[in-house]
Amino acid sequence: MIAAGEVGTVKNGKAARKNAGVQAAGGVLARKVTRLSEHIVEIISDSGEGAQKCGQSFGAIVAQMGLGVWTTEIIPAEIRPPARSVAGASGNRIRIGSKHISNGGNETDLVIAFNEQVLLGRVRANELKPGCTILLESMWRDDRRIATTYADAVDQLLAAGFKVVEIPMDKECRKIVSDPRKGKNMFVLGILCGLYSLDLQTARDQVVLTFGKKSAKVIESNIALLDAGYAWADANLDFKYEVPATKSTEPQIVVNGNTALALGVLASGMEICAMYPITPATSTSHYLSDAFQEVGGVVHQAEDEIAACAFAIGASYAGKCTVTVTSGPGYSLKQEAIGLAVMGEIPLVVINVQRGGPSTGQPTKTEQGDLMTAIFGSHGDAPKVVIAPGTIEECFYSVITARKIAETFNMVVVILSDANLASSQQPFKRPMFDEAWLAPPIDQSAIPAGAKPYDWDPKTGLARRFIPGQPGGMHTLTGLAHDENSHVAYDAEINQRAMRARSLKLATLQKTLKPPTVFGDRTGDLLVIGWGSTKGAIEEAVEGLRQEGKKVSSTHLTFIQPMPPGIKEILAGFKKVITIENNWSDSPVDEMIDESNRRYSALAMLLRSRYLVDVDCWSECRGTPLKPNTVRRVILEAIA
Amino acid sequence: MNELNVLNGANGASMVAPMAAPINVNDCLLQLYEEHYELEDYQKGVPRWCTGCGDNAILTAVQRLCRDEKLAPEKTVFVSGIGCSSRLPHYMNTYGFHSLHGRALPIAEGVRLARPDLKVFVNMGDGDCCSIGAAHWIHAIRYNMNMTAMLHDNNIYGLTKKQASPTSPIGLKTNTTPRGSYLEALNPLTVTLGVSNVSFVAQVVDWIPKLLYQTLSAAYHHKGFSFVRIIQRCPEWLPTHMDEYLHDPQRVLLLHHENGLEIDSELAKRYTKMEEHDPSDLNRAREIASGSDPIPVGILYRNENVPLYEEVRADTRLRTTSLVKNGLEAEFDKFTIWPEGHARATA
Repeated sequence: MIAAGEVGTVKNGKAARKNAGVQAAGGVLARKVTRLSEHIVEIISDSGEGAQKCGQSFGAIVAQMGLGVWTTEIIPAEIRPPARSVAGASGNRIRIGSKHISNGGNETDLVIAFNEQVLLGRVRANELKPGCTILLESMWRDDRRIATTYADAVDQLLAAGFKVVEIPMDKECRKIVSDPRKGKNMFVLGILCGLYSLDLQTARDQVVLTFGKKSAKVIESNIALLDAGYAWADANLDFKYEVPATKSTEPQIVVNGNTALALGVLASGMEICAMYPITPATSTSHYLSDAFQEVGGVVHQAEDEIAACAFAIGASYAGKCTVTVTSGPGYSLKQEAIGLAVMGEIPLVVINVQRGGPSTGQPTKTEQGDLMTAIFGSHGDAPKVVIAPGTIEECFYSVITARKIAETFNMVVVILSDANLASSQQPFKRPMFDEAWLAPPIDQSAIPAGAKPYDWDPKTGLARRFIPGQPGGMHTLTGLAHDENSHVAYDAEINQRAMRARSLKLATLQKTLKPPTVFGDRTGDLLVIGWGSTKGAIEEAVEGLRQEGKKVSSTHLTFIQPMPPGIKEILAGFKKVITIENNWSDSPVDEMIDESNRRYSALAMLLRSRYLVDVDCWSECRGTPLKPNTVRRVILEAIA
Repeated sequence: MNELNVLNGANGASMVAPMAAPINVNDCLLQLYEEHYELEDYQKGVPRWCTGCGDNAILTAVQRLCRDEKLAPEKTVFVSGIGCSSRLPHYMNTYGFHSLHGRALPIAEGVRLARPDLKVFVNMGDGDCCSIGAAHWIHAIRYNMNMTAMLHDNNIYGLTKKQASPTSPIGLKTNTTPRGSYLEALNPLTVTLGVSNVSFVAQVVDWIPKLLYQTLSAAYHHKGFSFVRIIQRCPEWLPTHMDEYLHDPQRVLLLHHENGLEIDSELAKRYTKMEEHDPSDLNRAREIASGSDPIPVGILYRNENVPLYEEVRADTRLRTTSLVKNGLEAEFDKFTIWPEGHARATA
């Protein structure tokens, strides 16, 4: 029998096998069942061992059982990092709960690891909860070259207070498949299903779905592995968890942020996506490449980011609103072309799935570092709309909104997602197709005599869109300063007028927006303001503190350029305002930092300049999603 | 009227039907009227190029081409990059897109993919195409989209005032190479002919207008990406650079073939240095392309059988609301968790 901590007494490999060895299945266990309202489990392996697939399948099974879930990918920077390396941890982190789950949560409660080195990587990253339960592949005890390292690592873990349970994954899998490297993940999935008292049939159905395109033989052996893992857990583990489900009465879909964005592209009726591969944005176009086969559309993989953006602009100019998908470094390259679209007033949707920057930065890690670039990027004054979805569901709807705005205002609309949303999965209400999502066909009738391609309405800045093919509308679009006829003009008056028109469109759009909602009371001691993917973590922390009687509220901005109306009134209701963001800001307690040199995080800077309110900020750029506990700590410090 | 009926009768289907639908003469006249264009229909403004600039000749040739091919101005798009050459769309009374330095090709590709009904022309300078836009140029050849690309090559940067271009000959003194250009000139023809999927390559000089027109016309009629390098003069920065070629007809090699250009007698009298070259011969095309003195002019290579990117990627289905709806619902279904007893939205 394995009891937590028992292996701590073991000093050498042989004894370990004897003491920590697993008893034959079928023994009757005096099992401790713990009922939980939520739990975080992590599956980590070397790259290529399938922990990712195991985690995603586990998330899907959990969601199907009606539990709230948020899955987060753990991705090393390399495709195949060295095996058994601290930096090579690859896997998935699944937060499950009885209630709706809005973010990845805090530290991990239970981790299942394929070797001790990848596990140490997670320990060093401080991602595991103190005392958390560790299920660890025990095969390394038998490997003469590794046994000592392994035993030492286990000792360290025990000394650090973790509960270690060793599992002979390799040995058990060999009973079913010849190469356990290709089977461990489903065996582990079985263990998890047993451990969390999940329905085995639901799990089997999910395995069929996961390996849907593979042969019947592959599906069969994977189901056998799942069943074996389930039975093994049942027979050998003396603990079990139950997270009661609150079954949804509505159909829900479970996708990650990138797929949600791609579905949004389909739903918005856009037909052309021009892109160049870049992490972590690319999977959006992978999904689209396939899905476009069903609805008629093209993903154009251009020769570079610049070409992708230019291609999208060309297609949009010719009458099809298009989207280009990229991440920070690609967004930098697109800047010049984005400026052209601004100047030419060509509708364009640009999706930037942010990653850690600057430069190539942290390709697989999350950050909210591109807000300023999105708003002010491209040279000169280049007004564009910037929106930031805060949830997976908002990723979907933001694309539909973006296309509508792009075509109504003939503007560039930037959608700022990030690596956190990109690879996280969360169920949301299944959208039902609405014809209004699709933009109406563009008016291609002849242009009446005298009409000008930039006939800016002096009140709104808006002008009718001329597209090639319209008789009478012939003109040359240019990135040079131009007058209403699109004639190149450097006259002082014309430039001033044209600049005003392009800028005025933001004000016109702003008048159509609703004030942001306040999460909590409209007055209090502290208002937290966030944007983008940190929404779930911030609201969870605020909700917890409010339940404890703290006078804290939060508001989350989806529209950042233009900002919605009513913000000043909201700010006025609070004694203190702070933004919490996933980017850089100077800490005021640093020795070198004072009010004259302190650098504020992006949103704080914008709010301070716009509303002349002493907005404070707290931010971090650790490459990991913001944790609710961190937000909680920051808020408590701010109101202390 | 009689003639119209005869024409109608030539159509097999109407021969069978005893009462063919009567033809509305007014419609025919209207069509004739609309399809007739004068040169002025394509002209806009007064070009602000220097006197003697080769761009003027190119502009005249394309305007003539548009008229002769009866291109509806509203269905014609001239896309350009940045530089003297790229001002060309401003002088065309068609749709135009004066874009970014080096980026004309990807923009034109986007136009083409979105709207295969449009005729697309691209005007680029040597810096535009062969330097900042070199990656786009190579890949435009690969994509092989149906458009006519003109490389206005004067061996010098004009609008930024005399800097070396990738096609500047070694030793050329410019503002950035005051002691002479130190690199061998890039040869746009051999580069283009070296890319797989190449479909049409021609070269011509600005000072033989008839040949310029003929070459552009052949390029326009080619189905695929047609690349025409036009060697042109820059009177401002290199006023005598081309003189020896200009004044000596023997320094130009005329390529002709029954499958290529046919040389009219007047030209043949002056340009006696000729070679019969079958444009389907890629190896010979590459050899000819390598030569720069005499300047080979005419069609070097033509292959109509290269697949067009827009056709390879085209979706012929009508993109109706129901197509999108059904496709999207099917995609949603892949990820949907249905509560027990809940009827599925789609079968």
